[in-house]
Amino acid sequence: MKRRHLLQLGLAGFGTAALPLRLWAAPGARADAPRLLVVFLRGAYDAANLLVPTSSSFYYEARPNIAIAKTAALPLDASWGLAPALADTIHPLWGKGQAAFVPFAGTNDVSRSHFETQDHIELGQPDEGSRDFRSGFMNRLAGVLGAGGVAGSRLEAMAFTDQVPLILRGDLAVANQALRDLGKPAISAAQAQVIAGMYAPTRLAGTVSGGFEVRDEVSREMAGEMEAASRGAIAAKGFALEARRVARLMRDRVTLGFIDVGGWDTHVGQGGATGQLATKLGELGKGLALFADEMGPQWNNTVVVVVSEFGRTFRENGNRGTDHGHGSAYWVLGGGVKGGRIAGEQVEVKAATLFQNRDYPVLNEYRALFGGLMRRMYGLNDAQLATVFPGASARDIGLV
Amino acid sequence: MKNLALTTALLLGLAGCATAPPPAASAHGPAQDALWLDRLTWGASSADLASLRSNGREAWLQAQLKPPGAAALPAAAQAQVQALAIVQQPLLPLVQQMEAQRKAADALTDDAAKAEAQKAYQQAMTRLAREASARQLLNALYSPNQLQEQMSWFWFNHFNVHQYKSNLRVMVGDYEQGLRERALGRFRDLLGYTAHHPAMLRYLDNEQNAANRINENYARELLELHTLGVGGGYSQKDVQELARVLTGLGVNLTDNRPRLKPAQEAQYRRVGLMEFNPARHDFGEKSLLGITVKGEGYAELEQVLDLLARHPSTARFVSRKLAQYFVADDPPPALVERMAERWQQSDGSIAEVLRAMVGSPEFEASLGRKFKDPTHYVVSAVRLAYADKVVLNTGPMIGWLYRLGQAPYNRQTPDGYPLDENAWAGPGQMTTRFEIARAIGSGSAGLFKVEGEAKDRPAFPQIAQPLYYDGIAPRLASATQQALGAATSPQEWNTYLLASPDFMHR
Repeated sequence: MKRRHLLQLGLAGFGTAALPLRLWAAPGARADAPRLLVVFLRGAYDAANLLVPTSSSFYYEARPNIAIAKTAALPLDASWGLAPALADTIHPLWGKGQAAFVPFAGTNDVSRSHFETQDHIELGQPDEGSRDFRSGFMNRLAGVLGAGGVAGSRLEAMAFTDQVPLILRGDLAVANQALRDLGKPAISAAQAQVIAGMYAPTRLAGTVSGGFEVRDEVSREMAGEMEAASRGAIAAKGFALEARRVARLMRDRVTLGFIDVGGWDTHVGQGGATGQLATKLGELGKGLALFADEMGPQWNNTVVVVVSEFGRTFRENGNRGTDHGHGSAYWVLGGGVKGGRIAGEQVEVKAATLFQNRDYPVLNEYRALFGGLMRRMYGLNDAQLATVFPGASARDIGLV
Repeated sequence: MKNLALTTALLLGLAGCATAPPPAASAHGPAQDALWLDRLTWGASSADLASLRSNGREAWLQAQLKPPGAAALPAAAQAQVQALAIVQQPLLPLVQQMEAQRKAADALTDDAAKAEAQKAYQQAMTRLAREASARQLLNALYSPNQLQEQMSWFWFNHFNVHQYKSNLRVMVGDYEQGLRERALGRFRDLLGYTAHHPAMLRYLDNEQNAANRINENYARELLELHTLGVGGGYSQKDVQELARVLTGLGVNLTDNRPRLKPAQEAQYRRVGLMEFNPARHDFGEKSLLGITVKGEGYAELEQVLDLLARHPSTARFVSRKLAQYFVADDPPPALVERMAERWQQSDGSIAEVLRAMVGSPEFEASLGRKFKDPTHYVVSAVRLAYADKVVLNTGPMIGWLYRLGQAPYNRQTPDGYPLDENAWAGPGQMTTRFEIARAIGSGSAGLFKVEGEAKDRPAFPQIAQPLYYDGIAPRLASATQQALGAATSPQEWNTYLLASPDFMHR
């Protein structure tokens, strides 16, 4: 009986109380606030076939089947060439001085375990001692910038992934949504309002209304995409599509973003100038170039850092692939990047300089590297950097 | 019009359950009893509520803490479990069969054929892990031993392993089944079980741990996560010494045994896939937590596990975690202390510790205030929607758990999924939950799609049951009642109920 009565009550008198605790700040944050996108290549991509040590005869000895010929590699400088799969995408950015590479980059973790090392990087905590699995370094960065009120860097952080990844977990609530497949939201606007109404008197009021807000914002941004498509723009697929969507959000709203790309664990038949790895790199490059393009003028305020958990064995294995190694190469892209150069500590590529006679060494530790970059980008002081990367000292190699 | 049709439908649903007032064996009201059940089960059911109302809480709890035997699932669920390869085959031959498939794929010389064969292997492995998930969900949904099922989940999470490390996908089902059988027994048995299971030895790299080539990974987590807890009174030196004790304890997937010196033959142990290889063991004397451990080989392990299981820090650490799972994110210290006392009096009897917890005023006061984690959310929603009508496909549930970030066996890190609200009540999580509420509320949602058939068999949520009227409706917040009143269809009504803050808590 009671039920019937309730059904007749309807929405009359439903409170639309002010919803506190907004997930995203109201628009008004400085438009030219720095943007940082971290792209994580999960599975450990083969850095030696991205950044080709063309002047090293050892490289050609060590990789009889999968080396990229000096003539095929795109020229970078006297020692290095770039994978030809990036000819139309990243190489032009290099030409404009908007792309730098940091070889011999990575962690001190030598477990050569994907999970161990990914966690290690995402947590950004000291090498020794117990780790707090609920505190990633990008979340700490967001905290420092948000709480510290650093001018113009009011942050709106978002993971463009299905789950909030370790790197963005922590004290600050962070939005997440994968942009791969965007269906029409199953909950209609009217239903969303009713549901938000149920939460209005609860402590989750802001979370719920904020969640709908993010969802709607993503929908609105993506409506532009449909429009462009209807005007005959070439439809992007796969990572390129995702990257362009990421750009739409980072151009207008999100200032701290994260996305990951899997499938780099090339133990078997990885190929050289063409083949499995080249195809993956090509897709990645295409996406990042589209991202740069879609950012428009904001590209000048944007830095993209591409990282991976470790590099791979320098010598090819018995399956024309490579196994888990150590040092990797990070990419740093952006309109304001001091690019067109190979940055950071380097060493001649030969058998004697390999780590444990098998891998690239790590000469540019990732925490020092990111710390230096953040100091430049956000003007963080030592105390703030120590919060983001406890126990590490930042090393500024002038990336921006 | 719509409202009228809906009201009629609801009244028809109500007609079946116009019952006499419930007998008063329970000292509490039915809504409070339903909340109590929500805590101790994967979501209260009409049947449990009726049984509790007539026989009282104590009888119900007693049966849960000392289940009479292996759970009898409804026939339709049991048939699904029986059909699983992980149920039909013991672990050892299953692992060996998968190893053979892997090696055959790796041995191919043609790159394309090899890639194809490796893909087939990976798919077969993933299928095995999904089988384990299916069994876990069917048990959570339909086992009468609900508390045991919650504890199985709790222990897997406590002694967490990740399915995607090495070949663990073939092992997680077996690992979980052993935890289920021990879930309400003694902590020492659980600890010993995990310390001998290949899934754990492989996940935390103890199979790499050998004399003079120490790998501390398992030793550290054994202290930090499984027993004493951070701050439980151990040092880095203790970790190193424990790692030495654990040397030689590993995994052997083959039927062969290592070649040993005659003097070491008697020290060799092999149980299933677990192997203790004395040639890899450090036979020196160790000093651990103030105790001297003589270099005796395998016996050291049992001695040290006894020590860890009976350590007062372990009683406190694990009691607190149980209270965090069952009572509150930040459980009252006095309650934890009483549970730890009971732990020590009962030599780590989990049933006894749980009894102390459930009987406490803190437990009663906390009912309805714990935010459901994704597994509780999804399982309780399906239990509420379909009660005894057995789902024919758990695939959608596994998919929802992936979307919500708590898929079975999928926590990469050894700390297990977090148990607190903060980890699960984020904005993205909430909007996803609402979409899942809509999926479940609007129709069969793929839960009744039998493999090989084109469409779902017909099904629709039946929430209008005694549990709803007696246990849920009387305590709904007024904002929720208003929202339900605004529903324009049964689908929408179901969606709102499953999306409500009331239903997000247990």
